[in-house]
This record gives sequence, C-alpha cells and structure tokens, in this order.
Amino acid sequence: MIRAVVAAITTVILALPAWANVDIQDVTSPGGISAWLVEDDSIPFVALDIHFQGGSSLDAPGKRGATYLMTRLLQEGAGEMNAQAFAETREGLAARFSFDAHRDSVSISVEMLTQNRDAAVILLRQALVAPRFDQDAINRVRGQVLSIIQGNARNPEDIAHSAFTAMAFGDHPYGSAQEGTAETVQALTRQDMINAHRAVFARDRVSIGAAGDITPMELGLLLDTLLGALPAEGAPLPPKADWLLEGGITVVDFPTPQSVVLFVQPGIARTDPDFFPVFVLNQIIGGGNFRSRLMREVRIKRGLTYGISSYLALADHHPMMIGQFASSNALVAQAVRVTRDQWADIAANGVTGEELEEAKLYLTGAYPLRFDGNGTIASILAGMQQDGMPIDYITTRNARVEAVTMEDIRRVAARFLNPDALHFIVVGQPEGVEATNERNVRF
Amino acid sequence: MRANTGGIFTTVLPFAPEGFMRLCRLVAILCAALLPGVVWPGALWGAGKVTEFTLENGMQAVVIEDHRSPAVVHMVWYRTGAADEPPGLSGIAHFLEHLMFKSTDDLENGAFSRIVEANGGSDNAFTSWDYTAYFQRVAADRLGLMMEMEADRMRDLVITEADVMTERSVVLEERAQRTDSSPEALFNEQLRAAFYLNHPYGIPIIGWQHEIAGLDRADALAFYDRFYAPNNAILIVAGDVTPGDVRRLAQVHYGPIAANPNLPERARPSEPPHIADRVVRYADPRVATPYVTRSYQAAERNTGAQEHAAALVLLARILGGSGTTAVLGRTLQIEEERSLFAGAYYQPLSLDTSEFTLINVPVPGLSLDEAVADLDRVLADFLDAGIDPEQLERIKFQYAAQLIYAQDNVQSLAREYGTALTTGLTVQDVQEWPGIIAATTPGDIMAVARQLFGGERRTVTGYLARPATTGG
Repeated sequence: MIRAVVAAITTVILALPAWANVDIQDVTSPGGISAWLVEDDSIPFVALDIHFQGGSSLDAPGKRGATYLMTRLLQEGAGEMNAQAFAETREGLAARFSFDAHRDSVSISVEMLTQNRDAAVILLRQALVAPRFDQDAINRVRGQVLSIIQGNARNPEDIAHSAFTAMAFGDHPYGSAQEGTAETVQALTRQDMINAHRAVFARDRVSIGAAGDITPMELGLLLDTLLGALPAEGAPLPPKADWLLEGGITVVDFPTPQSVVLFVQPGIARTDPDFFPVFVLNQIIGGGNFRSRLMREVRIKRGLTYGISSYLALADHHPMMIGQFASSNALVAQAVRVTRDQWADIAANGVTGEELEEAKLYLTGAYPLRFDGNGTIASILAGMQQDGMPIDYITTRNARVEAVTMEDIRRVAARFLNPDALHFIVVGQPEGVEATNERNVRF
Repeated sequence: MRANTGGIFTTVLPFAPEGFMRLCRLVAILCAALLPGVVWPGALWGAGKVTEFTLENGMQAVVIEDHRSPAVVHMVWYRTGAADEPPGLSGIAHFLEHLMFKSTDDLENGAFSRIVEANGGSDNAFTSWDYTAYFQRVAADRLGLMMEMEADRMRDLVITEADVMTERSVVLEERAQRTDSSPEALFNEQLRAAFYLNHPYGIPIIGWQHEIAGLDRADALAFYDRFYAPNNAILIVAGDVTPGDVRRLAQVHYGPIAANPNLPERARPSEPPHIADRVVRYADPRVATPYVTRSYQAAERNTGAQEHAAALVLLARILGGSGTTAVLGRTLQIEEERSLFAGAYYQPLSLDTSEFTLINVPVPGLSLDEAVADLDRVLADFLDAGIDPEQLERIKFQYAAQLIYAQDNVQSLAREYGTALTTGLTVQDVQEWPGIIAATTPGDIMAVARQLFGGERRTVTGYLARPATTGG
C-alpha cells in the first residue's frame, strides 16, 4: 500500500514546507542596547537568551576555572539576599533563570511570566550586576565543582575530550577544561570571582534574543534595567589558537568494556567562502541522522556501534570538525578502520549525487521546523548575533544550501578532508588498535 | 531506533538545583531510569487545545493543537513494553523497536528514515516498561505520508536474518554504552532488580546482556504479532493541525487495519508487600562520587484516583525539589554542608506499582553510613516539624506556571499524554490533575509521608562506592 506514496514522494518533497512567521525586529533600547525580537503574544510569557562573548576562555593565567565557578555562583546570593532568599524569591515568581559558562561565551537563558515580569527582571538584575560571592557559598559550590572535576576524570568521554584539547591546543585556554583542575579551583579566591565577573559581563560583547509576549518598547526598557549598569567594556578576548595535533591514533588506557572514540581534524570558519559546501559535506558524512555515510557504514551495515556522528564546531579561536562513537573493545579497531576508509574514499571520490540531494532536502526541509517555540527562537536569535550573521540570514540560508553542487563537494572534500591528518582518540582497552601515541589516566 | 531504553533519551532531572547539572549527571542515570516516562508530572497540565477520538478498530487518538509553527509531531504509542515480555526474553520489546526501522512488504530496508529525512523530518522511537512509541517530527503538510508509513509497519513488518544479526549487535553496543560503561547505570540496574520481588519492573528495559545475545527473529515476530495492532495503539498528533484533518487522515490510513481479536489483557505478576529491609552494595573502580539511595514502595497515579499520587509528588518536591529550598537540600547542602547533593524522586506515571527514592551524595570525608543516617535524621525532623506553608504555596504556584510554559513545547506535551494513556490514565485524568494538585493540603501530604516513612513499609538501601583497595 506504500508503493503509491513512494512514487508520489518526488513531488511531495519538491514543495518546501511553509514557514513559521519568524518576523525579527531589531530593537534598540533608549540606553542604546540592541536585541532581536520575535513578538508573539499567544502564550503569556517571554523567553530571553543573552550571550556574553568571551566565556571561560577569559580566565586569567593561573586562574583556570574562575569563569566557570563565578557563573555557578550568580544565583547563590545577590543584593540583599543570600542563596536561600534568592531561590525562594525566584520560585515565588515561577521565573526560570539559567547561567552557563561555555568555551566562547557565558549565556543566560530566562523564561518569565507576563504577570510578574517586572519583579523577575529586578531579581535577575541582582544576580547579574550585584552577586555577593559570599565565602560560604564559594566554599559550597567549590565542593560541587571539585566533585565534577573528579567525575570527569573517570568519565571516558571527558577523558577523550581533555586528551584531544590538550594535544590540539596546548597552553591556549582551549587546551584545558573550563572547570579547571583540583589545584587551580582550590586556589580560587573571592577576589578572583570579582575579577572574573568584571572580565565577562560588559555591554560591548552582548548578543540578545527575545521571543514571546513582549512589545519592542517593553523589551527596550527591560534591557536598560537589566544591563544598563554593566560596564561598557570587558576584558580583551584571547588570541587565536594554533592546531598542534597531527594525524594518528592516541590510546588512553581506561578499564571499560567499550571504548569511546573521538575523531578530529581542523574545521572551517563560517566566513570561509567554502563554508556552505563543507557544511553540506559534513551532513553527508556524519550529520546526526540515520542516513549519514558513517551511520550507514558503521552502524547499519556492520553493527559496530549504537551511534556515530560528526559536527563542525565554529569555535571563535579555532574551528574544529569533531566526530564521536563508542564500540566494544573487540570491535573498535574495525570501526576506526571503516571510519578512516570513509574519510579517504570521500576525499578521493566525493559523494554520490543521491547523497547530496538527500542532504540538501533534509537540511532545507528541517530548517523552517527549528523555529517552533519562544525558547528555541530566543536562543537561535542570540546565537545568530554572536556568530555575526545578518538579520536576514534566515531568509537566505536555504538558497545557499541549495546552491551547493557536486563540483563544490568534490572540491571541498579534496581540500578539506585528509585521512592522514585525522586523529583518533580512543579511551578504553581496545583490541588490535595500533597507537601512534599513548596517554595514561590516573585515578 | 535510537532507543530510549530508560528514559535516557532526555536525561531530565526535573528538580535538580539549577547550576548543579554536571554533578547530577552522576545521578541522572538513576533518576532517569526511575522516570521512564521522562516527564515531570507537573507538565501534565491540560494545556493547549486537546481533542480525542477513537477509530472503529479501537485505535485511540489525541490531538494537541499549536498553530504558531507549521510543524507537527506524529506519534504512535503501543500499550506494550518491557514489562510485557515473556520470561527469558528480556529486551525483546526494545529489540523489536529497533527492527521496526527495517523493511516492510512495501518499503525497502532504510526507506522509512530516508523518506522522513528527505522531507526535512526527523524520526525516532523509545521503549519503556509500559509502552513503546514511534514518532516523526515533520512539516504539517506531510502528516498523511507519515501516517501511511506508520500504518504500513503496524502490520506488514519484514524482518530478515541479516537484519537480526547486525541489529542485535547494535543493541549490544547500545547496552555497553548506556549501561555497562556507567557504574551508576549498573548500580541502578542492580537496585531495581533487588527492589522488585515479583514484578517485571525489576528487569532492565534493554534486557540482560546474556538474554539479548539470544534474541532471534521468531521472538521478535511473535512479540510483534501479539501486541502491534490498532486496538493496542494510541495516535498522538501535536502541532499545526485541526482535529478534523487528523481524524480524516487517521481514518484513511489507520482505519482499514483490522483489530487483533486475541490481544492479551495487560496483567503482569504483581508486587507483594515488602516486609524485609534489604541492602544493595555495588563497588566499581570507575565511581567518582559515592552515594546512597533509599527506596520505598509507593502507589502510582490511577484513573479517577490520583489524590494519593498528587500528595506524593508534592512530598518529593518539598523534600528534594531544590538544593537550596527543599528540606533535604536546605538542611544537608546549605545549613550543615554535609552533602554535595540530596534529593527525592517519585515516578507517578506507571501502569503498576511505583517507588519513592531518596538520594544523598555526601561531601568527601563523610561515610555512606553517615549519609544514610543523615537522611533518616532529616526525615524524622520533617515528620515532627511538618510543612512550611510558604514553601508549599511557592511549589503550587510553580505548578500553575507550568501550565503556561508547557504550551511552548507541544512535543513534550504529546509525550506526556502518551505516557499517561499507556499507564492506565485517561485524557480526563490528565486534565483533572492540576486541580487535584492545587487542592492537596499539608495534611494530605503529611499523611502520605507518615505512611511512607513511618509505617510498616521496608526499604531497599543502595550503596555505590569504589572498591576499598583502589585509592582515590
């Protein structure tokens, strides 16, 4: 009974789905702070996403972990309130705040009810501009962070990532985990928290997305209340990182029945003229769905893993392409071989016309479906600004995917993919994997 | 296919204190597996416009409207899961879920996902003890196509021996990744196996490794023939659709499928009262942060009788809903600084019996026995002191606000309805739940607390630690 559908599908997929009404307004507050807004009053709340560029890469020398710990302390007491009073006030407003440190930014995600938004903004402002950094809160949260560091040291995925970043980026902040080490975190002081706060939060590096039940006028006033007291400028951003890792296989011995594998190579900047062809190429190779080349070759055909994927990390200081899978110790050598062979095959032969068509159909069809709620839209808008994209990007993006040709893919596959430069980091007790490099993990 | 075997699909730790999620990853596995439906029950407000109907062949349907974006989520839930497996075939419900992505008489191997993705959609599936569900998220004008394909594989699945060989290997890798690579997941598996004396909820959803290795084509087809039929299925569509359109399309695509007249009744071996205290100790050199858990038998939500469960949900919130303001977190994390994390979890959505679990992660230097004693002491003080009425008011207001926030994500609303309807509840029960929560009094909550902690019920206490010989 499906046969008719399969015949009909060619016509079905030619008609691109309708778009959500993603009408972005460029709002500038009376105080000069700008934000992008998608106004929609159908649900009485607003979502805000605020990104401060720089993030944990702004840690001062010797203070690794300062930005991460500082970010976790923002809701642990602010203004006149200790941690408990702050939490009770927030719960009483049913407002949702989350503060997160990342490699290139500190982000704040907020959801506030229309009915008590002004009070929620006042509370959020205290956390942002007047955190107390009480010593008892520092000690308590430091204990949690130390436990996280200890956990990461015994988690094969974290072990793989820290081996990768240390080898690839050395002394650059990208070369170490943002949580810091037990030693650096133990040594952090209250003054370090104040310094990190001063370095991170400033108006010269902020990107703001808003979506939901708020007018441009109301948003402008809100932004001045929330961010107007922040300093105009923060700490200088760190320099570009160098990629120090050559091709090969690093094995980190770890007692687990299944090895975790990262495979990495330099990525591509969004500003590179070949960005879109490489973006589509990555989708074909390992773009996170069941139809990717790696998923078909490694999982579906051979049953060597539960899942394999790759992605382009558009990091500010060095772009990366990162893939990951896990395979039992007995199977992992074969899975590594198949992955490397695919790299070589695509570099030499490109992809099939069918693969390119499928990837373009998926990417262009899925894109409009992303804009499906206040929370997701606010986050996309902030991310677009952080990445320096123009406000009309959404309307031009699918055409740029459509424009990628077989010739483009052949060109970028040959230029961009190099199986000899691909580095595998294998954490586990793999059988039959010939390491070019070994690292030990201690605990 | 990227199966959610324990609710790990979205590792939600609903009331972990904010900013504490990384440490909670340690316990997320425990919590996730205690919450197979994944959802925070408070999200089960009757938000959005919800319509239900039933086809003549017995297939039930629920439509949740959201016209803000031109997307739709199409789900088919089967009222069968890991707790319905024949003895010795643990993992067959989940293995079949993987095989459902292979061929049908009309669609070649892999075509299902290829067609979904060529339409810009995404598809997946998940299995729990009480349900197995398949879903696609796609542009709303592709709904009929999704229904046609989902209806096709409801009756016309084709499984080859070659599919069985590779996919069984994939499932073993999945088990290695989710369970065997994680001391917390292994600990949790042992805890559940000990907790349930007789009910199959004690068997892991993904299956015991040695039994997965023996699952074959005939086992999968027998399970499929027995349970996959419209009179055992629930259609849930959420997004930019009207109930009229959904009904018309459902009649076209699912309507012609005959009901299975031999559908078995959902009767599992039931759980006797726990009359002995039991202890589970698991040691693993990979453990980073040792902790203890204590689990109690607790009733689940039942149709027309949700008051007891509502009181338990609020009790879990009062005791463990926040690292700063809940009783356990405030006392042990903030005031006494004896815990890195202390919380309480209760899963109200379950076809049969459920459990209420406390967890305590002590600060370095305190023993796990001291951590257990701390839990007992804080509980005893709570039973004496009773409930802070302001705390309860804040919790209830957050529930009311959840009515608003939940409308922003109809996919999770769809999932919540699916979980409720496959665990014995009705749409009406879901919609009455907010009112029941709001009407629950401090007296109601203290009554269930006394019954839970102070009565005849016995507990299972779990210790997760490192072997004594490997240092820190």
